[in-house]
Amino acid sequence: MHSVLLVLATFLACGVEMVEALTIVLAVGVTRGWRSTLVGVAAATVSLAMIVALLGSALTRIPIDDLRLVVGALLLMFGLEWLRKAILRASGYTPLHDEEAAFSRQLTAAQDAGTVVRAGLDWYAFTLSFKGVLLEGLEVAFIVVTFGSAPGGLPLAIFGAAAAVALVGGAGLLLQRPLSEVPENTMKYTVGLLLTSFGTFWGAEGAGVNWPGGDGAILAILAFLIILSLALASLLQQQRQRASTATAPARIGGELRWDPS
Amino acid sequence: MGSVIIGFFRFWYAFIVGDDWTVAAGVIAALAMTSLLVHRSVAAWWLMPIAVGVLLFTSLRRAAKDAY
Repeated sequence: MHSVLLVLATFLACGVEMVEALTIVLAVGVTRGWRSTLVGVAAATVSLAMIVALLGSALTRIPIDDLRLVVGALLLMFGLEWLRKAILRASGYTPLHDEEAAFSRQLTAAQDAGTVVRAGLDWYAFTLSFKGVLLEGLEVAFIVVTFGSAPGGLPLAIFGAAAAVALVGGAGLLLQRPLSEVPENTMKYTVGLLLTSFGTFWGAEGAGVNWPGGDGAILAILAFLIILSLALASLLQQQRQRASTATAPARIGGELRWDPS
Repeated sequence: MGSVIIGFFRFWYAFIVGDDWTVAAGVIAALAMTSLLVHRSVAAWWLMPIAVGVLLFTSLRRAAKDAY
């Protein structure tokens, strides 16, 4: 069960970041040509692999309890951020991520940018695709490394991430357009839940806690977080609707007036 | 050179701490408190889930308040 959740977390985290990176790469590739764009993607992928290898080997030198504490704290910080943003989007406080709009913006920017050739490459296409893939992938690299620090976790974490790269990359190649139908917020919400659950479990273990039920406690934490987050999302949604009703302009006597209630 | 260093630290701060620094500070405080209780032989497994719930609730409430 533990392994399934670990693969699911890295698969979804990598998948959702890949969808966003794909939008940037497609927009640059379509307008500026594919050679420099793909060199940028390859350079970023190699950089990410190096980050995973370097951080992964550095983490193996830390004693297991200290490692769990550090990894737990990092997973909690990442997880709560993902969860917080997903709940704010679900309750309407923050707009949902629109891949079509992001694609249009990137397309216009790529068309308007001038051409500078460096090292035989269209520098704009190279740097934009490099930065896009590196920045979107950096958090995934951290997630893979932190999950990989669990005994036997690294192959599973890499498998989850690689499966997402293959699936999203394959879909992108096939469709040649941004994957706007992917339910990004639901994926981000699930990743947030999983990262926060593992972070709570490992962080507390690193602080010296013996969980009742052993590894099974992760499922209890996950269930608690699902109930809590759904309740918070519903509460915020109702609060937003009340606030919108209170500040909505009411048409009185042919004029737009602000309802004083 | 100075702006590069500032930019470097800003990037890592935003990357690790995120939009709400109180969540990161709360996580560290909760882990420290858990460790303290465990060293005093208290079965403190319940503390982290409660702390996570409180941190999420307060952070969301603040974000919702700021939106209006």
